[in-house]
Amino acid sequence: MAISERAPEFFSRARFVFCIAICLLISGCAPHEPRADITIVNNGEPETLDPALLTGIPEMRIVIGLFEGLARLDPKTAQPIPGLAQSWEISPDGKIYTFHLRTNLVWSTGGPITADDVVYSWIRTLNPATASDYAGQLYYVKNAEDFNAGKIKDPSLVGVRALDKFTVRIELNGPTLFFIDICAMPLADIVPRQTIEKFGDRWLMARPLPVSGPYELAYWKLNDKVRLKKNPRYWDATNTQSGVIDILPMGSPSTSFDLYEQGAVDIIWDREVVPAELLDVLMKRPDFHPFDYLATYWVSINVTRKPFDDPRVRKALALAVDRERIVKKITRGGERPISHLVPDGTANYTSPDGLDYNPVLARKILAEAGYPGGKGFPRFEYIFNGSSGGGVKIHEDIAVELQQMWRDTLGIQMDLRAVEWKVWLSSTAHLDYDIGRGDWIGDYDDANTFLALFQGNDGNNRTGWKNSKYDSLINEGNAQTDLKKREELFQQAESMLVRDELPIIPLYIYAGADCYHTNISGIYKNILDDHPLNYIRRVNSK
Amino acid sequence: MYFVNRLIFAIPLLLLISALAFALVHLAPGGPFDRERSPASPEIERNIRAKYHLDEPVWKQYLRYLGDLAHGDFGVSLKYRNQTVNDIIAQGLPVSLTLGGLAFCFAMAVGLPVGFITAARRGRWEDLAGSFFAILLVCIPAFVVAPVLILIFSIKLQWLPVALWETPCHMILPPIALGLFFAGKIARIFREGMLGAAQSEFVTAARAKGLAEHTLLLRHAVRIGILPVVSYAGPMLADLLTGSFVIESIFQIPGIGVFLVNSSLNRDYTVVVGLSLLYAMLLIGMNLMVDFAYTMLDPRVKYE
Repeated sequence: MAISERAPEFFSRARFVFCIAICLLISGCAPHEPRADITIVNNGEPETLDPALLTGIPEMRIVIGLFEGLARLDPKTAQPIPGLAQSWEISPDGKIYTFHLRTNLVWSTGGPITADDVVYSWIRTLNPATASDYAGQLYYVKNAEDFNAGKIKDPSLVGVRALDKFTVRIELNGPTLFFIDICAMPLADIVPRQTIEKFGDRWLMARPLPVSGPYELAYWKLNDKVRLKKNPRYWDATNTQSGVIDILPMGSPSTSFDLYEQGAVDIIWDREVVPAELLDVLMKRPDFHPFDYLATYWVSINVTRKPFDDPRVRKALALAVDRERIVKKITRGGERPISHLVPDGTANYTSPDGLDYNPVLARKILAEAGYPGGKGFPRFEYIFNGSSGGGVKIHEDIAVELQQMWRDTLGIQMDLRAVEWKVWLSSTAHLDYDIGRGDWIGDYDDANTFLALFQGNDGNNRTGWKNSKYDSLINEGNAQTDLKKREELFQQAESMLVRDELPIIPLYIYAGADCYHTNISGIYKNILDDHPLNYIRRVNSK
Repeated sequence: MYFVNRLIFAIPLLLLISALAFALVHLAPGGPFDRERSPASPEIERNIRAKYHLDEPVWKQYLRYLGDLAHGDFGVSLKYRNQTVNDIIAQGLPVSLTLGGLAFCFAMAVGLPVGFITAARRGRWEDLAGSFFAILLVCIPAFVVAPVLILIFSIKLQWLPVALWETPCHMILPPIALGLFFAGKIARIFREGMLGAAQSEFVTAARAKGLAEHTLLLRHAVRIGILPVVSYAGPMLADLLTGSFVIESIFQIPGIGVFLVNSSLNRDYTVVVGLSLLYAMLLIGMNLMVDFAYTMLDPRVKYE
């Protein structure tokens, strides 16, 4: 049969399909808009843009452009500097803060921003009905905790008050040296009362959205992009460098890197969306900027389960870990191995040393605990969130390395259990595990953000470890106004944690990396990886 | 009449599916509000759970959900608390529909001719080459094909963009990457269908009557040979239209495929049930269309 004879029938059918395809293509055309001045890759779709409700970093990156609080962070040092408040005074006993707002503040849609707005925003964050996960950071304020727990119903009893149109008085329970840092966190941002009262939970869908920060929300397309445009009514608008910024939620490291290389994207500021396999090569490039991050990675031990209730067992495990091997072989991003909890470089604090790698001592202590050579030691499980369930592969790689180290040095057998992210959260929160991975990213540049985690009643303490001496050392430390005395008390507490008790085995300090083309400026290396959007600009225009 | 019956029967089916999805996602360990940072006080956790009615027994939550559904309200996403499920579907579905529709056209445009030629030239070199090609397409998964296509066409040749979904140029690679697997499948199914049809009695009779081979194949045998493809095409289209998680992740396309998978990982109860219902509705609709197509193609098929 000749193919040419069949041709007319075949081609008519093919033409039909082709026409449908073209119609679909045309229908998929969105009007093409001009490209933003800066395009940034963010690690994931923001769960919310409500400053009181956000808990994650992708959300924070965007919200610091939209809303501002009494203070904000300096882009170079990540130390708090005046934001909507131009100055403040602290009483001699450290308990009363008086903030003076700038007098020219307006919302992006018009209307003045006054002290009443500040009080409204703080009370809203503390209101139990708002259900803010981060409200605990404001518990340093008088009566805040009781109000948030529902024990006090009257918000005027909370220690935040407007003295006049531009003055806010905040009363604390005790001196809190990092309180201004907390004022710079998104949970203390000033939010538009009228919009929230009018729209309730859907207030972020109001357009135009009134904002107090350097950028307005042009639009928010789910899983596609968030477009920000310059807010001309911001008090410092003359210094806002870029007119339009696009923030893209990316899940895949290879896709975001491809876009970056093609020039479709200007900045990648999360190392999780950079392909880990290429780190060795990328570290040498001038557009790759590694930095020490205020975050620690550790091994978490459930001290309520045998045999981990014996501190000697935990010590033996800690002494048998070769951290150098882990950071050189597995993570390879320039991480710094540490044996203590609080990352180096944290303001006003130097950590005491923990337990370094000492396999001989490890074996000796394990024998003292009753398991010479690992004999009689029960098999146990290491739980981590696997890469298919929403984790990164590194947890698995580290787990395998630890398994080998403990088998070779101590003769004990550990099994690995990869679980979904939610299952990991649930199991560790309910102490339904043996050993697992853990980490923490600091909320502000102070040792307390790490040390407070292991107080007995802290919900983020996933080890079941409680020690009243530790708790009182931390509380005493926080009550100090003298930095030196505070540091000493904290060092005592941390020493107890990482030398004697060891509910966790610290491994390394996170090393982050920001990737941006050489013609982008305004991004500075700081320990919190905080990059206010209004400083970022392109140096040579295309 | 038959089709009206089918549509009516779809309603209890959808109810059953919603109940199953609801029950299964609640059974999974972990909840939507389990986070790295635990709430500052038990009161906050209580408040969140009360706000989204998670403190009620599951059957009560389900009835409440059905009540909202009757008003067309699929609920608020528990992870993306400012977005409703309706928002998510309204923004993502058109994108997934476009992607799926284009992939479907591509799969048909490649699969049908390949299937036809390999059947018509059975045993000859066209058959061997075509069948090998089709089997290759079926065996190589999308997450291998897509990066290879990107490497060749976007990075090396720089003809097409790497990712995202903005202009028609962006809409070329993803449907191809998505459709190649199905093209291979369709080629194989069509080949089997055609070979089966060529054996049937009416074809033998027509050939004996002296009908030319090409008319025989194209006008008569095809109507029967294409039936397996039609059966397959229905569910395939439903699958394509709800977006492919892999392709949408690799090309960063804002469809609902990503939500379909991530919502279960996030224990986002409302999105899971909402999207499951959406998928079920599409599937039921597509199957109905398949049955309808059957009556048009095969005169032996009649429904009461």
